[in-house]
Amino acid sequence: MKYIDEFRQPELAKKLVDRIHRNSTKHIRLMEFCGGHTVSIFKYGIRELLPGNIEMLSGPGCPVCVTSNADLDKAIALAHLPNVIITSFGDMIRVPGSYSSLQSARSEGCDVRIVYSVLDAIQIAKENPNKSVIFIGIGFETTTPTVAAGILQAEQEEIDNFYVLSLSKICPPIMKSILDLGEVRLNGIVCPGHVSAVIGSHPYQFIADNYDIACVVAGFEPLDILLCVDMLVNQIENEDYKVEIAYRRGVRPEGNPQALKLMDTVFETAGADWRGIGAVPSSGLRLRDTYEKFDAEKNFDIDPGPVREHQGCQCGSILRGVSTPLDCPLFRTSCTPEHPVGPCMVSSEGTCSTYYLFGDFDG
Amino acid sequence: MDNRILLAHGSGGKLSHDLVRKHIISRITNPLLDRLDDSAVLDSEGRLAFTTDSYVVSPIIFPGGDIGRLAVCGTVNDLSMAGARPLYLSLSFIIEEGLALNELEEIVRSIAETAAEAEIEIVTGDTKVVNRGDADRLFINTSGIGRIPNGIDISGANAKPGDKIILSGTIGDHGIAIMSKREGLNFTTTLESDCAPLNHLVADMLEESTLINCLRDPTRGGLATTLNEIAGQSSVGIELEERSIPVRDEVRGACELLGLDPLYVANEGKLVAIVDEKAAEPVLARMKQNIYGKDAVIIGCVTGKHQGRVVLKTPYGSSRILDMLSGELLPRIC
Repeated sequence: MKYIDEFRQPELAKKLVDRIHRNSTKHIRLMEFCGGHTVSIFKYGIRELLPGNIEMLSGPGCPVCVTSNADLDKAIALAHLPNVIITSFGDMIRVPGSYSSLQSARSEGCDVRIVYSVLDAIQIAKENPNKSVIFIGIGFETTTPTVAAGILQAEQEEIDNFYVLSLSKICPPIMKSILDLGEVRLNGIVCPGHVSAVIGSHPYQFIADNYDIACVVAGFEPLDILLCVDMLVNQIENEDYKVEIAYRRGVRPEGNPQALKLMDTVFETAGADWRGIGAVPSSGLRLRDTYEKFDAEKNFDIDPGPVREHQGCQCGSILRGVSTPLDCPLFRTSCTPEHPVGPCMVSSEGTCSTYYLFGDFDG
Repeated sequence: MDNRILLAHGSGGKLSHDLVRKHIISRITNPLLDRLDDSAVLDSEGRLAFTTDSYVVSPIIFPGGDIGRLAVCGTVNDLSMAGARPLYLSLSFIIEEGLALNELEEIVRSIAETAAEAEIEIVTGDTKVVNRGDADRLFINTSGIGRIPNGIDISGANAKPGDKIILSGTIGDHGIAIMSKREGLNFTTTLESDCAPLNHLVADMLEESTLINCLRDPTRGGLATTLNEIAGQSSVGIELEERSIPVRDEVRGACELLGLDPLYVANEGKLVAIVDEKAAEPVLARMKQNIYGKDAVIIGCVTGKHQGRVVLKTPYGSSRILDMLSGELLPRIC
């Protein structure tokens, strides 16, 4: 299959693995920020291929997982309003908030629908002119431009029953926040692929400059990831920290100007609440005042009640790379993909779900 | 409104009678069914296999098949996987008011063709009509009875270390064909469901050798889930070579786009056989002569290590655990 098979060639993978084994002498710790990378790393058994001195940690890069209980509670409260249709990406409806989930709300009679894109939500709004259709806008820079495009479309078509609960988040500030917490000492970062396709590689420059941490943007195929690790090892061995791209077919240093412009037209940065990390300034996106008529938070009056955290759930420290799912007492016992306690077990890109599905194979 | 199913078609009165006689029984006629008594009366001897399944697939007509063909194949295949020779089927319809009569006819025709292909008889049945909204167009239940020949002992608990694992062809065709027609996903593909009756293939295999220990058709949950069930039931480990598992390019492509793994996507015309090492090659050669086994291939083996687990060896030299399907890949595919 074109554009896939080329990046899965076992012979080339072996050459890269050999080179990494030859060149890597130091004990180093790398973090993949993106949940998509975590899945690829497990799916292709990449940890097993790397030398023992390279430790791979999983970071907070799954938009479902980092959504805080407070934000989930808002979505669930909106679902309970009369004449409202909630539209959401699939994983999101199963995540437990403080007291309930969108899935439970649906079983209680609320109208909660799974959509594949914001455009589906707009279509539902057109078909249901007497209802308010609210899209739960989670996502990083990868998804947000599509939400922005949806809002612009709704404005152009004068659709007045479509709203967005903006839970969009942006990556560089959270990377800074995790590094500043200082809980994990990192030598290199596997920078997100899809996010970088939009924002480019420049926004990571501060990490190389200020923290002496190697940064390489990676794709999602086995050769992409191995090439990224190989480049990270080179930077670290030579103590020459910079931002490089191992995913040239998807990412340009300047990103995608059109997507960035769309995002900037509709959204402005704001503080955001991250699960396990808390409030991080300028790490979220809210609708600009010009588009406030689409802003669910400004147009509906809800009282989600006090926020409650799940006892014993370690999703927070797992998202910060401080713990792995194997450290969590709930993992595989009371927390499974069928009965998830925390969001990292719900999302297909969540670290806990990935560990659960692909396992840490010990022979 | 004569060309649509009305509630009155399910009343038990004249309309019901007409519907059943004219549109259903006329197409699947056989002496046992034609008696139209309250029960079919069957002769039996030896060991019998008995199974039932309900079919709620949406859409009811899909590329490569329809709910009728599926309802016959599914039950025929369940009997076959016990090593039984399928003999008789029951057939029950639950029809939503408003279903077009010609659609029902098309499905009944397909049922008749598939039953003829599988050489089984439909000997009893039932038809109900429910209010609009109380069902989604058409649901079908079939139950089946088959006879197990002497000397056959096939069970998910019979896999033993050393056995070879044979897959009868490409995986994921059915699930992706259905998905391509779903509202909201709708993509264009030439892919067709693999929906097929496997009883003749199984008969060929058993004629070649009785050293077949397990047979399963990897339907919902796909190949990965089926092999996990066997690993658990037999308390053995299973090792698969990823690169030996055949997947069509169309299926791979769709899975890449949708974020699915073909190993978890449903099949309706494939089987997995766990066969004694000695018999594996002859059974494989025989399978390749059957239209439904022409792409058969050995994909791995049973081991005494890592009991209860399925391990996939990647082409990169690494291994990973292949767990059961968690949650729902896509609802109502069968």
